[in-house]
Amino acid sequence: MCGIVGLFLKDPKLEPELGAMLAQMLDVMCDRGPDSAGFAVYGAGAPGFVKLTLRGPAGTDFAKIGAEIGHLVTPRDTHAVLSVPAAEEMAARTALARIAPDIRVVGAGARMELYKEVGLPADVARRFKLDAMSGTHAIGHTRMATESAVTTDGAHPFSTGPDQCLVHNGSLSNHAGVRRRLAREGVSVDTENDSEVAAAYLTYRMRSGDSLGEALTHSLDDLDGFYTFVVGTESGFGVLRDPIACKPAVMAETDGYVAFGSEYRALAGLPGIDSARVFEPEPAKVYFWDRAA
Amino acid sequence: MKLSLTPAAAERAVDIDLASSALRELNAALHKLTPDTNETYWRIANPAGRHAIAAGLDVPVTVEIDGPVGYYCAGMNKQASVIVNGNAGVGVAENMMSGFVHVKGDASQSAGATAHGGLLVIDGNASARCGISMKGVDIVVKGSVGHMSAFMAQAGTLTVLGDAGEALGDSLYEAKLFVRGSVAGLGADCVEKEMRDEHRTLLAAKLDAAGILGEVDISEFRRYGSARSLYHFHIDNVSSY
Amino acid sequence: MNDMTHTPRTKPRVSATFDEYTLSEIRRAAATGIYDIRGAGAKRKVPHFDDLLFLGASMSRYPLEGYRERCDTSVVLGTRFAKKPIELKIPVTIAGMSFGSLSANAKEALGRGASTMGTSTTTGDGGMTNEERGHSKTLVYQYLPSRYGMNPDDLKRADAIEVVVGQGAKPGGGGMLLGQKITERVAAMRTLPVGIDQRSACRHPDWTGPDDLEIKIEELREITDWEKPIYVKVGAARPYYDTALAVKSGADVVVVDGMQGGTAATQEVFIENVGIPTIAAVHQAVKALQDLGMHRKVQLVVSGGIRNGADVAKALALGADAVAIGTAALVALGDNDPHYQAEYEALGTVAGAYDDWHEGRDPAGITTQDPELMKRLDPVAAGRRLANYLAVLTLECQTIARACGKSHVHNLEPEDLVALTIEAAAMANVPLAGTDWIPGRDGRF
Repeated sequence: MCGIVGLFLKDPKLEPELGAMLAQMLDVMCDRGPDSAGFAVYGAGAPGFVKLTLRGPAGTDFAKIGAEIGHLVTPRDTHAVLSVPAAEEMAARTALARIAPDIRVVGAGARMELYKEVGLPADVARRFKLDAMSGTHAIGHTRMATESAVTTDGAHPFSTGPDQCLVHNGSLSNHAGVRRRLAREGVSVDTENDSEVAAAYLTYRMRSGDSLGEALTHSLDDLDGFYTFVVGTESGFGVLRDPIACKPAVMAETDGYVAFGSEYRALAGLPGIDSARVFEPEPAKVYFWDRAA
Repeated sequence: MKLSLTPAAAERAVDIDLASSALRELNAALHKLTPDTNETYWRIANPAGRHAIAAGLDVPVTVEIDGPVGYYCAGMNKQASVIVNGNAGVGVAENMMSGFVHVKGDASQSAGATAHGGLLVIDGNASARCGISMKGVDIVVKGSVGHMSAFMAQAGTLTVLGDAGEALGDSLYEAKLFVRGSVAGLGADCVEKEMRDEHRTLLAAKLDAAGILGEVDISEFRRYGSARSLYHFHIDNVSSY
Repeated sequence: MNDMTHTPRTKPRVSATFDEYTLSEIRRAAATGIYDIRGAGAKRKVPHFDDLLFLGASMSRYPLEGYRERCDTSVVLGTRFAKKPIELKIPVTIAGMSFGSLSANAKEALGRGASTMGTSTTTGDGGMTNEERGHSKTLVYQYLPSRYGMNPDDLKRADAIEVVVGQGAKPGGGGMLLGQKITERVAAMRTLPVGIDQRSACRHPDWTGPDDLEIKIEELREITDWEKPIYVKVGAARPYYDTALAVKSGADVVVVDGMQGGTAATQEVFIENVGIPTIAAVHQAVKALQDLGMHRKVQLVVSGGIRNGADVAKALALGADAVAIGTAALVALGDNDPHYQAEYEALGTVAGAYDDWHEGRDPAGITTQDPELMKRLDPVAAGRRLANYLAVLTLECQTIARACGKSHVHNLEPEDLVALTIEAAAMANVPLAGTDWIPGRDGRF
């Protein structure tokens, strides 16, 4: 029902190629998810600044909005990245809500930029010029909608916390109950999408003090159904499959990168793939890589 | 039974101040006592109306509480003697099995409720439902008891030196009630019964146990018991149900 | 005879209001002057679990393979305050039924069957017997208004304590045990004269209301050194408030018993006209727990009319942690078995309809204290039947949970259910099948 890709670079020399590598991976996953696509890229950040990824209706004049708010804005099609000093984030969000109420903040963080749109994934990647982006790690998703609507809001990745995002392939069977539980803990989930519940769950765990790895371990107890998750944080990249592991996953690791794909096809074009260690992640085993470690 | 402690016992007292110790610690310590313990006298300061003080004891020790207690003091007591130098809240000595509970002040509602055995002495008054559903306990109230006392009382004795409130002994089973003063009203199926020698002997034994034999005139008491007309359902008694 | 002169007559018409049953009850009342007393639960048709259906997995959800892929059924009760919570292997427990209303053999059989399957049994109004303690690995001790046989030793040897505020067959009513069943042993346990018609109080003797219950629960915890889970059982009437108040009173577990729940002996008019159906109660109780942020923290046990694994699964999907069975367990033991048809007929009834449990003449030897009748129930064989039945309930529940893609039966959700009727949809707060319409969704509950 969906295709997932992910790339975590170990070799800094590859960083300028990150977007191009991911775009190529996403492109071959069009078949698995023709409805919409999205990706998150962890690129450069400015110390003391937060990047807000904005999404607006087609034709939004982001430059004008940036000027009104008084912060640097970098438009990309229906999205734009607003760079604001961390101390002014709330003020900027408030001003944004006042000046441009139809603009949504789809992601926030020191390094993460998040883009998603309805349409064929290859087209979505082109619209946002993914192939020109650089960074340390990125995840992407192509979606075939199941029980929620084909909308941009329903597209992955889902971000519910700073620099945190998740893509999901599968179908959670207890997301309604988890959603209610999160709501009581003050974590709101905007869409009807089960994957956003998973993202919010991880955010909730990490907010409560879990590391990414610990949060993923807890999700084995609390999230039921079928899932393969690929998640990103400011410095890390994680993968988890449910204990039954019906949804496909394949990974490749070289000295230069760790790559994830729903199918090997997505990895086939990566440099040095022929000599990479290619493996399927084990069921119910938490994998994560962290740049800080 | 002697109600005052010997000086020797007082010297061996374990002192617990509930202003600085948690109730849980006190009860846990009392529950850990074994029958052969040397810590046979406990003195509790500053109860401040806390609930469930000395509840669930099962050793022959004495616990003396200096001040007013809340609900269920000495609840489900077995063997122990619990003395309250003050008033007791709802349900003092509820479901007591054996032992002795002495309230030197007044007791609130449901004193000695459902208690199966032992002796409960209340120096002051007991309010409503004293001895409700009692199942074998002996209760002696030196003052008066409130309404609905001995409601559905099944066994044991309730002795009241003062007066009884409305609906005494409503739906009574086999408990025996002795009241020296006035009775504001009898409950359904409760009737005054003849005071025969066997009853005078029984009453004397209860007064003796409470340490007041000879202080009151047994001939001033009247006896109340079950008419047993509700023991088998009959339509003619329907207004009593 | 001339055909043309024949006047057609309408057929005799029986009133829908004054039907045959009603007429017979009026005649019985007129002859005896006593209301009808009987056992069992509500017999009238009310919206029930039958009116709900599961949405199995298809394209958008994936099912689990039966037998191979894990679908857990364990349930832990009493995680809130108790030092020693109870762990049950299956989400089905045996509801409180007293020795006195049931024979010693029946109580033993319940213990044997439940223990075989790793679940609990519950005492009833009348105290704990050594037999049931001995045969029940996990035993819940009921704390009732009458306090018959209540004592601290049994309190301490129980695995959990259930403070009974009410039961579904008679929310607001006290117990009854008629003279035929007050044998010497029963009388001694209850401190009552032999052979009398026992009436039990409808309120506890030393507390009234949730503010006092909080203090009572504290006392029970102090007496048992905070080890044992404390349940509060209510008959379904206002389950939203009752559940919330039980939580506020400090309960570890709330037990909600719907109007289909059985009783040993109560007025028919009470059984049929007081309380609300089980499916209406579950949703309100769960809502109360959710509103307090205590769902799954204070466990919910639901009872009243549970018969099969689908009922179990539906109760769990609506948010219960476990269910309790009473009537169904008695049937598994052998209650109302057609084998005794001739004897049921001699009692003026038929196998399947016998509910004069209070009379103590049960041909199956279950709801009796008659030593000869009691002998008919072999506690070992009857215990085996109960274990088998519990196993089937569990397997059926797992089958449905797997079909809905759940690796634990507790992951069933209201969103897995739809209703066949508007009434059931409104009561259970799930959509009418084929729609996304939940009647009354905007109500407070």
